[in-house]
Amino acid sequence: MENSISINNDKKAANAPTFANGRRKPDALTDEQIISDLLPRKFGKLGMIWMGILVVICMVGVFAYFRQLKYGLVVTNMRDYASWGIYISNFVFFVAISLVGSLITAVLRLTGVHWSTPLTRIAEIIAVSAITFAAIIIIVDMGRPERFYNLFLFGRLQSPIIWDVTVITTYFFISLLLLYIPLLPDMKILLATKEKTKFYKLYRFMGSFWKGTHLQFRISKKAINILCIAIVPVAFSIHTVTSWLFATTYRPGWDSTNFGPYFISGAFLVGSGAVTVAMYVFRKYYNLKNYITYEHFDKMGKVTVMLALLYMYFNVNEFLVPAFKMKKPEEGFLDSLFIGSFAPLFWSAILGGMIIPIIVLLFKKGRHPFPMFIVGIMIVVGAWFKRYLIVTPTLLHPFLPMHNVPESYKHYFPSWEEWAIAMGSLAGALLVITIFARIFPIIPIQETLIEQHEKEHHK
Amino acid sequence: MDINNASRKEFLATLVTGGLVLAGCSSKKSPFEAGADEMVKASGEKVKLLSVDGEVIEVDKAFLKPVPQLPAITNSEERRGIPGKKFVMVIDLSRCKNLRKCQAACNHMHHVHSDLNWLKVYPMNEGEHTAPYWQPTTCMHCDEPPCVKVCPVDATFKRQDGIVLIDSDRCIGCRFCMAACPYSIRVFNWEKPDTVSEELCGQPYSCETSVPQKKGTVGKCDFCPDMARKNELPHCVSACPNGTFFYGDLNEDSVTNGAETFRFSDLIKDKAGYQLMDDLGTKPSVYYLPPAARNFPFEKGMEIDKG
Ligand code: SF4
Ligand code: SF4
Repeated sequence: MENSISINNDKKAANAPTFANGRRKPDALTDEQIISDLLPRKFGKLGMIWMGILVVICMVGVFAYFRQLKYGLVVTNMRDYASWGIYISNFVFFVAISLVGSLITAVLRLTGVHWSTPLTRIAEIIAVSAITFAAIIIIVDMGRPERFYNLFLFGRLQSPIIWDVTVITTYFFISLLLLYIPLLPDMKILLATKEKTKFYKLYRFMGSFWKGTHLQFRISKKAINILCIAIVPVAFSIHTVTSWLFATTYRPGWDSTNFGPYFISGAFLVGSGAVTVAMYVFRKYYNLKNYITYEHFDKMGKVTVMLALLYMYFNVNEFLVPAFKMKKPEEGFLDSLFIGSFAPLFWSAILGGMIIPIIVLLFKKGRHPFPMFIVGIMIVVGAWFKRYLIVTPTLLHPFLPMHNVPESYKHYFPSWEEWAIAMGSLAGALLVITIFARIFPIIPIQETLIEQHEKEHHK
Repeated sequence: MDINNASRKEFLATLVTGGLVLAGCSSKKSPFEAGADEMVKASGEKVKLLSVDGEVIEVDKAFLKPVPQLPAITNSEERRGIPGKKFVMVIDLSRCKNLRKCQAACNHMHHVHSDLNWLKVYPMNEGEHTAPYWQPTTCMHCDEPPCVKVCPVDATFKRQDGIVLIDSDRCIGCRFCMAACPYSIRVFNWEKPDTVSEELCGQPYSCETSVPQKKGTVGKCDFCPDMARKNELPHCVSACPNGTFFYGDLNEDSVTNGAETFRFSDLIKDKAGYQLMDDLGTKPSVYYLPPAARNFPFEKGMEIDKG
């Protein structure tokens, strides 16, 4: 961060200099202040309400799942034609969003980008909680969840589901390590704080072996580097394989060689949208204005524009080429998206999830925190509906006509149980993130300190 | 598999020679335990039996007891299929008038949930100026079955006699196979099938009869291998009064609808038989004869069709 404005070099200064807009330059912060700023904090009133809402939504979801276990998948509105519904769209959404962990932590780190350091932990916890709920939602979708172990007893390597199980498990563990290892030095700082919090024992259990020796730092740095390299191909695999769950079938709309990159670019986009939203929320409610600055928003905005353009490009490929040919099996499917019953959803997802964000973020003012927050929400919501549009319309356009089935089999709109479970899983993922931020510093303390010292050294 | 097989032989032998009495045989209970403590007195009346090794043996009649549910064949045999066979079906579209007798028989015999149909009859009309016709559609028992390719647990499998079956005791209900099947013939038991009685429910599942259907698993046309083992025709074939379905063995090159028997290759050649969506590379075992010179006008079928 270049600072053209004069900086108070006195580290003990109580009043650090501020910009006109009230942002303080972190350069002026003392170590003590950084630590006390970044320590996890008790929930305020707002936090409690937020937690309460999430817990209630989760409980409703659990109740709906209980009903599903009891009566079977008949409580959903999935039927033989729409044999997959919002559970699967939700699964794809979760896998997509989890990819951001690898983008922010690994790709940016490996390419030597430093501004993203304060965002790594946010990205990584989003990744871990999203991938966890991806696994949960896929079990929810199974007709026989109690036979899950069959995947290990009788697993057949040629099934893309087995590939998915393998890479998702791998991704989960690498992400967990990438969350945990950088947390170790922070745990030491947490243990050293004077007032003992109720999590003291947890910190000691998880991190007391970290003494902060040079050797330990060297090992952890090396480990992080290796994990960062390892996670890139795994991240590409999880979403490519997820796209293959569709692309390995013959169905119109899925039978596409474009699906891997189409899914991955979409995943990076929704992930960066989610990180932007999280940045805004943490900045505001944890008072992290000194650590997540306008500059971070600006840079994230630029990254997001680039990703949105990329996703746009794959969308054009995905829809324009088949629409040019209008092969007979594809015709009904494409019509339903462009002008038929799915058209309102389709065009809002394209406009709200891609085109408007691109336009807004192209302006410097659009990359300020609040507009970025709104754009982030638009991207995430748009992405969720886009996943719905990937799953449902295709299934409702089979090769042979829909016939000899009850009328309700020919349409799909999720039942309340499906909504409750899907929303419950989303609330669950947010709950994990919230609880994590309550227990651990959401901005890496140690790394912020190091950056700080380096910067001072520079001067 | 070998162990299973050996124990089956042993079991049959014991059944025949030793007169082992079998009480309700669920798939879990060992057949050797049940009734082992029951004492039976010899009656002195002998019957002649053929043992599994092909020997003729004499057994006291009192040692033979009717078994309520003779375990058909083992799961591994069901997975292997009937040696030397390659089952095919020929559906003559010119004979169909959408009577749906096939469908009713199939649903009844397999205790299919009342909302579902394994066999569907589609009103087909490909182009603007083409003539509509009725197309009964079973599982194609593809030789390159996309459904089998994607099944993560080998719950749906291809046998050496060409039949694709489902093991409802293993299926995890992921429904990937339903997405993969281009013919949309697979159905799912979204709830406990309303047609399966309590008694039926307790029966061990057999891949060959596909009974009893289970909640949370897939189901589909099984080509009735249990009937083939008994040298009988599938239920749809014998139910159709118009003789639309022909069933047979490709290796014997003959197919029959019960009343008429044809040489399969001749029938296909003479009537220009074709396969459904063969351009997908699925290699179906079901062949269609085009709806030329139809026995009934298409409209006749509309009376029955409820959509
Ligand atoms: S018709 Fe469908 S279910 Fe039957 S074998 Fe072919 S792909 Fe599988
Ligand atoms: S639903 Fe059952 S048979 Fe079909 S792919 Fe899944 S496990 Fe296999």
